[in-house]
Amino acid sequence: MKLANPKSFHNGQAVAIFDVASVAPRALRDLVVNSCSHGGRLCGLFTLPGRPGTLDLVALIAHDSEGRLSMLKAGVAQGGRYPSLTAELPSAHALERAIWESDGLQPDGHPWLKPLRRHPALEPAGAAETGDPVGRNQGAGAAGGRDHPFFRMDGPGVHEVAVGPVHAGIIEPGHFRFQCSGETVHHLEIHLGYQHRGAEALLRDSSPARRLAVAETLAGDTSIGHGIACCRAMESLAGIEVPEQALWLRAVALELERLANHVGDLGALCNDVGYLPGASWFGRLRGEFLNAQMEICGSRFGRGLLVFGGVRFGVSPELRHDLLGRLAIARRDLDDVASVTFESPSVLGRFEHSGIVSRQAAEDIGMVGPAARASGCTRDVRCDHPLGAFVDWGLSSAVETAGDVLARARVRWVEVKRSLEFVLARLAALPDGPLVVPMPQPRPGAVVGVLVEGWRGEICHVVATGDDGQIVAYRVFDPSLHNWFGLTLAMRGTPISDFPLCNKSFNLSYAGHDL
Amino acid sequence: MFDVLMHLAWLILLPLPMLGLVTVVKSWIAGRRGPPLLQPFHDVVKLLRKGAVYSRTTTWVFAAGPVVALSSTVLAGLIVPMGSPSSPFGFSADVIVFAYLLGLGRFFTMTAALDTGSAFEGMGASREGAFAALAEPALFLALMILCVPAGGMSFGEAFAVLPASHGLLRSPGLLLAALALGVVLLAETSRIPVDDPNTHLELTMIHEVMVLDHGGPDLAFIQIGYALKLFVLGSVIVHLVLPIPADSWTGPAAFLAGQAGIAVAVGIIESVMARLRLSRVPQFLIGACVVAAVGVLVLFTGGRP
Repeated sequence: MKLANPKSFHNGQAVAIFDVASVAPRALRDLVVNSCSHGGRLCGLFTLPGRPGTLDLVALIAHDSEGRLSMLKAGVAQGGRYPSLTAELPSAHALERAIWESDGLQPDGHPWLKPLRRHPALEPAGAAETGDPVGRNQGAGAAGGRDHPFFRMDGPGVHEVAVGPVHAGIIEPGHFRFQCSGETVHHLEIHLGYQHRGAEALLRDSSPARRLAVAETLAGDTSIGHGIACCRAMESLAGIEVPEQALWLRAVALELERLANHVGDLGALCNDVGYLPGASWFGRLRGEFLNAQMEICGSRFGRGLLVFGGVRFGVSPELRHDLLGRLAIARRDLDDVASVTFESPSVLGRFEHSGIVSRQAAEDIGMVGPAARASGCTRDVRCDHPLGAFVDWGLSSAVETAGDVLARARVRWVEVKRSLEFVLARLAALPDGPLVVPMPQPRPGAVVGVLVEGWRGEICHVVATGDDGQIVAYRVFDPSLHNWFGLTLAMRGTPISDFPLCNKSFNLSYAGHDL
Repeated sequence: MFDVLMHLAWLILLPLPMLGLVTVVKSWIAGRRGPPLLQPFHDVVKLLRKGAVYSRTTTWVFAAGPVVALSSTVLAGLIVPMGSPSSPFGFSADVIVFAYLLGLGRFFTMTAALDTGSAFEGMGASREGAFAALAEPALFLALMILCVPAGGMSFGEAFAVLPASHGLLRSPGLLLAALALGVVLLAETSRIPVDDPNTHLELTMIHEVMVLDHGGPDLAFIQIGYALKLFVLGSVIVHLVLPIPADSWTGPAAFLAGQAGIAVAVGIIESVMARLRLSRVPQFLIGACVVAAVGVLVLFTGGRP
């Protein structure tokens, strides 16, 4: 397989690192900002090992309307500085903070430079020098030792509410700091990182089999999404084509994952407003899709289905018949419960006008997935950069314009209907042929960027190989990384009692963000 | 004597199963089997066996909260008639005392919450205070509709007059009073649509968030007090709606059926609608005040209630 041109390549195509245009850091900022003001979108900003003593700062940009990606790099001395993109491109804010804390590159002019995933106050002094094997403390740690302030408001009647990192209920840890006056939230600052486990270093250093296992648990509810991204990246680097049946089964599994999570989210939204019928029935139907996943591969979350080069399990004719029947029943039940829920005045009264994110804000901070589509952004990797069995789907993205909780619920419901049609159609017409092809060694000196539309939004994996064909860098951008700031914006001017509802309408991953 | 014993027995035995009945109804409607009717009783026994943990920042105010709240609700329960027109401990003007016994319990629950210094509990106390202030006029107007025809401010006098004049449909004033009291019951016992007793989300809670720091026997007292409040307010509504004659076996039977009906109604309401947005709760409560006020107008312009 030929390597593609880094100035313009398709999703999942490998390019030669050597070919990626190298510019000065200032020019990188100007070019990226310019590109993003002309329809481009910053999918990832990360470092790759550069010439000795330097790091390459690399930007991966998606041009959604053209279905193309492009890559650009700038060499920066280790521990050096570069002009920050964030002031002009707010979507870079978290990416630059991650680079600052783990690689030690200082973004000059970043408006809110504080650690993204690490807690200097909790790390023992000198932890950075001990050579932690999983990279938990990798990098220069420019954050070293200092604690970082939260945004604070002062004034009569202003009070601060701190929630977490330990929560009521079985959810992941995260710290939420609200600045309120009375019941109204003026600002919310979210600090995560309690689940930081050095996943990118694990992905880089693991054996191939273990690498996929790590990818499947980057965000536990997105095993298939991250798994497909990992597979596709490694397969592109190895230069192989996956058999058609495997591509179809991967797509079916990805949509089953979307169905289970979207249906579960609709139930959880009902639960948060105390609407019992929706909570019970959506909750039960979520199980149908998890069970379908389990019957295909033995795990309700799809673990173990994927292997490099294809899939591990096929679907027998009997199982296919059985699944088609049960999914058709689930479709009928879903229609019933959705029509009851979306026509219930008390539910609509809670969902409508709650936690609004404007389209401009969603564009500015680079939101992805259903949350972005609820605010009027059309982006959907399955439409803009389709891979595998999605190429000939002809899906149009489910877009709402209100940007409130109701819009985020409706986008999910529309996607549920479309995904269910897709799964039924593809299962019924599953092609024959092999399930897996052998996987050769990855080619040296190449880098690949893969986008996959997970149920939460765009998953981006970037993998680079060194001159000896070893993986030298593995970068992951979970949709949660882009969307957590959207929750912050949704809470501005919203009553604090609506926070749990808004939070659920985004339903972001802590583990996916913290890596 | 028999009346007093029966009253006490009901006050002790029935409130927790009534709470259990609400849960059972909700479970049935959701297609689940649900917990046993006596589950709240088992929960309380479990809590009573536990020890309590007190934060160093709290004072005696915190410890007094659950005790005062429970004992004031018990006193209120002794005042309200249950299954016969008069209550063993009723006295003239006991209606006012009844309303403020509930208020006293709430005051101590709120101060105990504030005593912890937690931002959550402060928010809960503030919400409770605001909503209680709006529910109180509705309660008093409804009690006024009840008492004015009898010519005295006690439950005994009011309920003694009611059966004679009964026929709820013939007395729109009473119907409106029952409606307003129903809303007060939902608000006071933190049920949907005002509050969600099942949520674990501190930021949306009203009642539950105020008692987050209580544990063990303190929490058991709070839960008993909570069930008792539902039972006591339910008693008032049952007597208002059902004609309960004196000195008869049908009285207690009608009373029990009425209380069960209230538990089923609460369960059905929770099964078919979502909780109101917090900023809409005042409108809901003011609506109850308006309903009760209309009832008072009917009372004074339309002669007999």
